[in-house]
Amino acid sequence: MLSVKGLNTEYKTQKGPPVKAAQNVEFEAPKGVFFTLLGPSGCGKTTTLRSIAGLERPTSGAIEANGRVVYSSSQGVFVPPNKRNFGMVFQSYAIWPHMTVFSNASFPLEVRKNKLPKAQIREKVMKVLHAVGLDHLAERDATKLSGGQQQRLALARALVMEPEILLLDEPLSNLDAKLREKMRFELKRIQRELGLTTIYVTHDQGEALALSHEIAVMNEGRIVQIGSPRAIYERPANRFVADFIGTTNFVDGDVKGFDDQTKLWRMSTPIGDLMVSSDAPLTAGGKATLSIRPEDVELTEEAPPAGRLLNLANGVVDQKVFLGDIVDFQVRVGDVMLLSRAHPSLRTPIGDKINIRMDPMKCVALPAEPAAAAQAAA
Amino acid sequence: MTSVGGIANPRGKVGAFPVEPRFLGMGAVGAAIAWLALVPLGFLFWQSFMTPRVGGRPAQFTLGNYAGAYSSPDTLPLLANSLAFAAGASLLALAVGSALAWINERTNTPFKSLVYALSVVPLVIPGILFVVAWIMLGSPKIGLVNLAFQKAFDADGPLIDIYSLPGMIFVDGLHYSPIAFLLMTSAFRAMDPSLEEAAMMSGASIGGIARRVTFTLAWPAVAASFLILFVRSIESFETPALLGLPVGIEVFTSAIYDAIHRYPSDVGLASAYAMTLLAITSFGVFWQSRMSSRGGRYATVTGKGFRPRRMDIGRWRWAAGGFFLLYALLVIGLPFLVLLWSSLQKFYSAPSWAAAKNITPKAYYAVLAYPNVATAIWNSVFLALSGATIVMLLTAVACWIVHRTKTRGRWLLDGVASAPLALPGLVMGLAIMVCYLALGGGVYGTIWIMLIAYVTRFLPYGMRYNSTSMIQLHPELEESAAMSGASWSLTFGRVVLPLLKPGLVAGWIYIVIVSVRELSSSILLYSPGTETVSVVIWELWQNGQYVELSALGVMLIAALFVFVVAAQAVSRQFGVREV
Ligand SMILES: Nc1ncnc2c1ncn2[C@@H]1O[C@H](COP(=O)(O)OP(=O)(O)OP(=O)(O)O)[C@@H](O)[C@H]1O
Ligand SMILES: [Mg+2]
Repeated sequence: MLSVKGLNTEYKTQKGPPVKAAQNVEFEAPKGVFFTLLGPSGCGKTTTLRSIAGLERPTSGAIEANGRVVYSSSQGVFVPPNKRNFGMVFQSYAIWPHMTVFSNASFPLEVRKNKLPKAQIREKVMKVLHAVGLDHLAERDATKLSGGQQQRLALARALVMEPEILLLDEPLSNLDAKLREKMRFELKRIQRELGLTTIYVTHDQGEALALSHEIAVMNEGRIVQIGSPRAIYERPANRFVADFIGTTNFVDGDVKGFDDQTKLWRMSTPIGDLMVSSDAPLTAGGKATLSIRPEDVELTEEAPPAGRLLNLANGVVDQKVFLGDIVDFQVRVGDVMLLSRAHPSLRTPIGDKINIRMDPMKCVALPAEPAAAAQAAA
Repeated sequence: MTSVGGIANPRGKVGAFPVEPRFLGMGAVGAAIAWLALVPLGFLFWQSFMTPRVGGRPAQFTLGNYAGAYSSPDTLPLLANSLAFAAGASLLALAVGSALAWINERTNTPFKSLVYALSVVPLVIPGILFVVAWIMLGSPKIGLVNLAFQKAFDADGPLIDIYSLPGMIFVDGLHYSPIAFLLMTSAFRAMDPSLEEAAMMSGASIGGIARRVTFTLAWPAVAASFLILFVRSIESFETPALLGLPVGIEVFTSAIYDAIHRYPSDVGLASAYAMTLLAITSFGVFWQSRMSSRGGRYATVTGKGFRPRRMDIGRWRWAAGGFFLLYALLVIGLPFLVLLWSSLQKFYSAPSWAAAKNITPKAYYAVLAYPNVATAIWNSVFLALSGATIVMLLTAVACWIVHRTKTRGRWLLDGVASAPLALPGLVMGLAIMVCYLALGGGVYGTIWIMLIAYVTRFLPYGMRYNSTSMIQLHPELEESAAMSGASWSLTFGRVVLPLLKPGLVAGWIYIVIVSVRELSSSILLYSPGTETVSVVIWELWQNGQYVELSALGVMLIAALFVFVVAAQAVSRQFGVREV
């Protein structure tokens, strides 16, 4: 288990104020969980990870691993990185070019205070090398490995020390697309087999959704939402998350009121009056933004059946892009353009009328963000 | 019409018309560089097989010089001393410089900026002044360190004897340690920080990381730095001449000087020694360039340019900070203070309250009033400014030929212009002396022969500064000037030179500084009226005028310091640093 509380990390700069790279970062990753920090470039993921590792010294906060405090500003504790027993895989792999595959992997055992006997080290190293599929290359020069093999060696080196926490900083980003997909499965398999608490950093949402038990989305040094991949995708908590994960349609509107029976909110928007769902309370009379995923904008040529509780609208096909397994339709509803992801069997020509229906549970209302609005205005 | 791809050149092929004016220009530069770098060496080689020309008797072929040099029982100790001195000094410099660089780059030791500031020491304190200062500190009779030691411990004998092989190694190694510091600093900076962080995460201790990762990875840089330092030490003239000769410890450079300055002078023997020395330095330079061209083996690419976090070494940081301060004391504090002290005396005497009452700036007036000092200052300024200008312009064209044309044999030009790097100053002086004595033409004995020596000696520095900026200059910038209809000379003058300017300025400043310090070539080439400031300092030392020497030395250091600081402010972007 890893718990991070109120973590702040700054970088001093030559001139100007320090860069606040991680601000009030707080999360808990239960034992054996694959936890991902996801966010755009420069949002502070690496900084957070390096602070957990001890490679950066935070300005305040607390970090606890399996009940052991490794950093606490209030208690004045800072365990140096070489005493934390956290395994880490670096983005550049950091494979030592002057060593063989075997000696790279055995290094963490060689530098231990109470060193194991040689035979035992050999056995442990060969076991992890076998787990990552490199046992047949043990005596090779580490520089003579392919990118994917280097990546697996870096993983083996982190695993051999039987770490309390495994830290991974974009380990797949230097691989080509095919290999990346394959390594994703490998990584997931190894993590599950060993039951390791893993903190994974990536800016690739696909990777995050595919691998994680839990995701923390970061923006500008702060965590903006924590949740399961499905929750993050289907129920984004704010505009940033909805926009960053997948593609979505944003529709602004006014909140009319709450319907106690259906537990839905009524909103009036440029595409008509809609029933929408919201996780956070809205204020009647206030503004809100709707996020509707393209696959939830259903298109039909015939009129929809009555009875079911659905949002309905009419539009005109403006553009379409054939992508093989799906067709992207741009549909104009009044002044608003909606993106819809439809089955290729739908062949409505451009310029024709089309019916739209949307499940209210999939129309997610995001409360207006006062902070963001103020920032935008400033 | 001389533009590239112009009408006069319908096939658009560079190099199709060898009569174009630019080829004359390129040819002239190539010929000048070849003449400067090769002809004197040829004469030196010739001289080493010739008897001296005495009176009307013409020179004759002989193997006697080599036979004399190598049958003598003095030669083996000479070789042993040279190698021991050079190896010792370069190892000391490397050990001190690497330790400083590692502490400075990788740990949270205090006084960091101090160490960087100290790296200009070899630039602002010429070798001869450094040696003289250390004689005042470490001579068994008058050395202040010894006097203080004897006083404090009531001892009879001296603590250190600078007039010894260890003394020579200490002084030279200390003087070159900032160069080792800079070389190792750039090696550490080129290293991917995550290689060390990965070791840290694996649980390695700080010492373990340094030993098993940092220094092992920096090994190619360590070896290359050793070779650079070794070549510099074996070429070193001031230290062996002032510390070794008085007690009979000879190395090649001092033996060459000795052979020329004995009566009758033995130029043949000196040439034979010079050829041997040249063989050693060429070997060193060759290996060093071989190694640096293969240096990329361990280079790893990362996306992030951020520096690694500095490791917390706990209480050791105060020990390391103390090491910084001690180093600062040895490399600049004590040497400069002892020169300053002695420059303010009437007659040289050790510091005491009694002597402190006699402090007077008279020596400064006295030394400036010497007629040959004014001439020497003028000569030094003239040689430094004109030498630097000629070198930078010649090598700008040469680099352009090497990097921008497809001229056959252009790599040869690069090699020839860089060859003087392997030429010890003393050997260069000797070769030029032999060459222009044999050719006649009245250059020998004038300031012009010194200018020739300076230009030749500093060609490699010009090549290096210009190559660096030429490589960064995109060829399309020139091509677009040519397409706009500019001739080659116009393109060169209006586009290439202005864009090279930062590199040109930085190289020019560096050459000005090393010219002012230059002693080992000048010492063989000067005649009355063409002394430089370094030569005057040398003469003052020979005459025992320590007080005047110190005054002149303090002024020289101050002038160089002001120049270096001003220059660094001007060309911050390139920085003027040794190496
Ligand atoms: N050593 C440093 N010194 C100064 N600023 C830094 C340093 N390291 C990172 N930063 C800054 O801190 C912010 C967060 O950087 P960080 O490396 O944590 O981003 P990231 O989310 O990992 O981005 P990426 O996806 O590009 O790796 C950035 O604005 C970055 O420029
Ligand atoms: Mg990062």
